[in-house]
This record gives sequence, C-alpha cells and structure tokens, in this order.
Amino acid sequence: MNLITIFIAFFKIGLFTIGGGLAAIPLLREELVDGGWVTSAEFIDMLAVSQSTPGPIGINMATYAGFKAASFLGSLIATAGMVAPSLIIIIMIARFMRNFADHPTVRNVLSGVRPAAVGLIAAASWFVLANSVLLMEWFPGMGWFELPAFLLFVALALVYWKTRAYPVYYILAGGGIGIFLF
Amino acid sequence: MIRELFKLYMIFFKIGLFSIGGGYVMLPMLRREMVEDRGWLTDDELIDYYAIAQATPGIIAVNTATFVGYKRRGVPGAIASTAGMVSPSLIIITVIALFFTRFQEIPAVQRAFRGVRVAVAVLLSFTVASLIKKTVRSVLEVVLAAGAFLGISLLGLSPIPILLTAALVGVAAGMFRSAGKGAAARAHKSAGEGAGAAADKNAAENAMVPGEKRE
Repeated sequence: MNLITIFIAFFKIGLFTIGGGLAAIPLLREELVDGGWVTSAEFIDMLAVSQSTPGPIGINMATYAGFKAASFLGSLIATAGMVAPSLIIIIMIARFMRNFADHPTVRNVLSGVRPAAVGLIAAASWFVLANSVLLMEWFPGMGWFELPAFLLFVALALVYWKTRAYPVYYILAGGGIGIFLF
Repeated sequence: MIRELFKLYMIFFKIGLFSIGGGYVMLPMLRREMVEDRGWLTDDELIDYYAIAQATPGIIAVNTATFVGYKRRGVPGAIASTAGMVSPSLIIITVIALFFTRFQEIPAVQRAFRGVRVAVAVLLSFTVASLIKKTVRSVLEVVLAAGAFLGISLLGLSPIPILLTAALVGVAAGMFRSAGKGAAARAHKSAGEGAGAAADKNAAENAMVPGEKRE
C-alpha cells in the first residue's frame, strides 16, 4: 500500500472526526473495511484492542491499520495523517485565541461555553462511573458480585481524599487490585 | 528550549500511556500536571481548551495536547506534546500487532481493566467536583452546566450543538449585561432601585472584573 494513500486516508478521517474518538469509528469502518484494507472480523478485533490499550482509541486504530497495511512505516504515516488536521486547525485557533482572548465577544462566548464544557465532562464521568461501579449495584440482577467494584471505589476515593497522590498510582493500583478482586 | 520541549514530550507520553479507554481519562492527569503541580494553565484555560478540542475536528486528546503545547512553546511545543501523546500508542499497538493480537482476551487483563475503570471513575469524580466548584457559580452557569449534562446523558445529543448553544447564550448574556450596565450608569444615583436580581448583579460583577483590569 502506497504511503501517500495511507496518509491521505487518515488525514481525511482525522479531519472529519468531530466530538470524540467514537465519532471516528464509522469513518474508520468505511475506509478500512469498505476500502478493503481489513476484513470485518479484523476490524472488530482492532477495535477491541484499541479500546483496551493505553492511548486515544482513534490513534490506536490508525496505528494498527497502518501497521497492517505497510508495517512500521505504515503505522507511523497513518498516525501522522490522523493528527495532522488537529495540529493545523488547533494551532490556527490557538493563535487566534492569543490575539483575541481579551475581545469582549470571545470572552462572552467562553463564559457560556465553560460551564457547558464542565457539564459535558461531568456527563462523561457519569458514564464511566455508571459503567464501572454504580449500575450493577443498583440492579442486582446484572450481577451482585459488582459489590467489589463499589468497595474498591470507596477505598480508592478515601485514599485520594486523604493523600491526593499522583493519578497514575491510582490507575496502577486499580489494575493491580482488579486482577485479584474481580 | 530543547529541554522544555523534551519535558512536554515526556509529560504527554506519560498521559498517553495512562489514558486507558477514552479521551476524558486524560483530564485528571492533565489537570494535576498543568494546573496543580506546574501552574502552566489555569482551570479556566484547561476547560476552554477541552471545550474547543471537542468542537473542532480531530481526536480530543490530541487537540488538547496540541493546544497546551502551543500555549507553552508555540508550534514546536504543539508538535512535541502531540508526538508525546501518540508515542505510547505507536509502541504498544505495534508490539501487539506483531506478536499477539488477542491480548485483550486474557482474563487477567480483563480483570485489571475493570479495576482501572474504577480508579478512573474515582479520579474523574474528584476532578469534576473541583471544576464545578471553580467554574459553576452563577445561576446561568448552573443552568448551562446542568443543561449540557442532561443533554448528553439523558437526550444523547452530540457535544457540538450543546457547545454552540452555550456560546450563543454566553453572547446573549454579555449583550444583556452591557445593556444593563448602560442602564445602571444612567440611573446612577437612584440607589436601591438598581437593575436586576442578585444573580444578575453577581454575573455583571464577574463580567466587569476583566474589563477593569484591561483599562
């Protein structure tokens, strides 16, 4: 597979992914499966791996698909294509913000957007909380054995409340305890 | 300069390495590194970047990394941060693609990920709590935050129309405030009879502070 074709394909996907990695999945599917890069089963596998490994899902997918298409160089080119639109567009916006951050209209726009963005972050956090801890607790039919998740949540929250240690330690501790707890 | 770029690369390498399961997972780490430990960003800036990252093309985590890197060290900073963010993916996915495609089906790995998700839920809960405390104060801000939360979690809307609506509300509220300010100036000495409820006054004060600073 031609490296330029790979770059352009992922540039296009990066450009039309708006509002989160999940938005990239239909685009990736269209490009990779319909375009004949990978089979439908391979795509599902790639998605599962990308969701359960470190890093943004879209970047993991691009790396994986690029590797399948053209080995090491392919993964590098696919990822570069995927992030190129972000680099270009965000640098343009950041420049604008630097020059116009004090403009009254920019201030007003941001004063409305800021609380809404906090609401969006709260919704994403609620989703994580509901899927990892709460729902199973509220609906025992889905598995009473989720009590360990709830206890782990309370224990980690208490430690965080007391120590505020670095976030990475909680992720490592959660993974380590999870192996034995669940 | 090179040292600072390397530092940006390493910070985002670390964030990329521990961002497991979606872009918002990076937020507690980013806030700790940039706002709490280094003071490179304020909470408001972090939220602005995150909001813009959601409403523009590209992956949110990459957009945010680019934004922070640019603010710190211009275009080279943006490139160093983004490279750091994607490097763990490149390394880990390449290794998996080379040797072992069914990594995620190992039971111990699945159990570890359930534990990681619980830890992420803890970190996000505390992050959200402090962001709410710092940025959601006036009645209007509560309405906007609650509206966005419900729009996503109950109605399943996409973030973009929500952020655009909030931007319009912000502009409208700004126009209303400056109109109110004009009226207040005209009615300067007729005390007590002032314009608007306590919430409006509060909002107008918030809006006036930066303007005063500039002059």
